[in-house]
Amino acid sequence: MMPSSKIPKHLKLRPPVPVAQGTAESGAGPAKIEIRSLNFYYGEVRALSDISMTIADRAITAFIGPSGCGKSTLLRVLNRMYALYPHQRAEGEVRIGGEDILSATVDVADLRYRIGMVFQRPTPFPMTVFENVAFGLRLHAVARGAELHHRVEAALREAALWDEVKDMLNKDGRSLSGGQQQRLCIARTIAVNPDVLLLDEPTAALDPISTLRIEETLQALREKFCIVIVTHNLQQAARVSHVTGFMYMGELVEMGLSSAIFTTPKDRRTDDYITGRFG
Amino acid sequence: MRRFRNGAFLALAVLATTIGLACLAAILWTLVSHGFAGLSSQVFTQMTPPPGSRGGLLNAIYGSVVMTLLGILIGSPIGLLAGTYLAEYGRRSPLSTTIRFINDVLLSAPSIIIGLFVYQIVVVRVGHFSALAGAIALAVIAIPVTLRTTEDMLNLVPAGMKDASAALGAYPWRTLISVIYPAARSGIVTGLLLAIARISGETAPLLFTALNNQFWSTDLNAPMANLPVVIFQFALSPYTNWQDLAWAGALIITTTILLLSILARFLLAMLQAQRGGGR
Ligand SMILES: Nc1ncnc2c1ncn2[C@@H]1O[C@H](COP(=O)(O)OP(=O)(O)OP(=O)(O)O)[C@@H](O)[C@H]1O
Ligand SMILES: [Mg+2]
Repeated sequence: MMPSSKIPKHLKLRPPVPVAQGTAESGAGPAKIEIRSLNFYYGEVRALSDISMTIADRAITAFIGPSGCGKSTLLRVLNRMYALYPHQRAEGEVRIGGEDILSATVDVADLRYRIGMVFQRPTPFPMTVFENVAFGLRLHAVARGAELHHRVEAALREAALWDEVKDMLNKDGRSLSGGQQQRLCIARTIAVNPDVLLLDEPTAALDPISTLRIEETLQALREKFCIVIVTHNLQQAARVSHVTGFMYMGELVEMGLSSAIFTTPKDRRTDDYITGRFG
Repeated sequence: MRRFRNGAFLALAVLATTIGLACLAAILWTLVSHGFAGLSSQVFTQMTPPPGSRGGLLNAIYGSVVMTLLGILIGSPIGLLAGTYLAEYGRRSPLSTTIRFINDVLLSAPSIIIGLFVYQIVVVRVGHFSALAGAIALAVIAIPVTLRTTEDMLNLVPAGMKDASAALGAYPWRTLISVIYPAARSGIVTGLLLAIARISGETAPLLFTALNNQFWSTDLNAPMANLPVVIFQFALSPYTNWQDLAWAGALIITTTILLLSILARFLLAMLQAQRGGGR
């Protein structure tokens, strides 16, 4: 099932980074996110059961699994998006960079500033391309004037969008193509230099070319960030990620180096899923 | 048989449309032919005359503009904020349900009732008719219109956009001002225009509140002339010069409302083009 033959050469995994023996979960850098016994509830319904894992810094970690298994829920815990909604709650321990983010004393606005998130559907704001990218920078007053311009440009370059939009920075962000909009959203998210980048099916609504461009973008970004991506596209997970976690019915079934998960999965359910027997 | 039914329905629909359009055309034609006859530069430069002598509608036009603007100025912020509350804060709270119900009642309440209401609580208490009372009556009519359009337009803003803003660390008020309002801007402005169009032709509420004034008056605390009441009074009079002025006034109001509606449509079309753009 490892679809390596179909992967364009330039997208092949970079030389595997040294992995600490015995901790297949860790990828490139040191552990960035540590989750212990996480349970999540939508009202009375439990959507995540007893999840524990570590996610490495400066690596791309992918989560795969059938629809409704809790992938998005997991991401929404990591930046406390769920806190926007009543009746949703998380129990357990989630440490990001050592800080317990589920603690009531955490400033969620500040947390979300450090944990960037990109959604499945592109969500450009009703403002110019420039202002879209500057949004977070202005919000947290991290830059203005020439510095602001500089950082907007840098973010657009990193998101591989600069060349396409440099002559239309004053156009409405919503007038870009779907693929460009999504890269705009990535640029907007990385402009504030978050510690972690969460992406929930970022290419699900895009054509293959835009998808490739975004995957390239992620590859380039992974040297700077801790990237967590949810995808239904197994080939994408195999292509871009170093570590893959397979989730099933709210549980983390198996997690390890992508090369291992996609070739020699340990759990029967993982095997069934990646060979397309269910899901 | 089915074809026959189809044909019959089509014929009925066409007939109904034709009747409707014919009525409209007849109204417009009468209005334009009579209105133009009464229209002259005096209409815009002189005061409403006593029977039999020459004059214009200047004081009435001024009064209409002032009371309409004042009505919108008082009514729209209330409608805007209440609509915002319904759409963004208390979607399903019992308070919202109550507000929505009252708003619906208000929306369909005959305007003469609103006139009587303001007469009771303002005019009777103050002891005399006044432009301010007129503006308040118009505001009461404008509130439900702006409230409803604001709520509808805010509900159209994709939830993803709000989430994306929150995910960048924006507090709800900031999201509201920087993202949600701009996203709904043309829709809200359309609602305002429609509210202006609606109240600029109202007669009954002004009859009980601002009444009329034969002379030039800018005193908000005194009765004030206005087009609808002048039309009402002049059209029913036996004097031809009054009747001519009534027609001219009717033409002015109709043209204004028509232009406002066209502008509103235009804005809505732009809004839709924006939404559809780039997808
Ligand atoms: N707002 C909500 N209220 C109640 N239950 C929810 C809500 N959102 C998700 N769920 C439930 O939680 C479970 C996990 O949902 P989640 O969205 O995390 O799945 P997912 O793995 O992201 O699925 P998909 O691949 O379809 O996006 C599902 O059973 C879903 O029905
Ligand atoms: Mg999901």
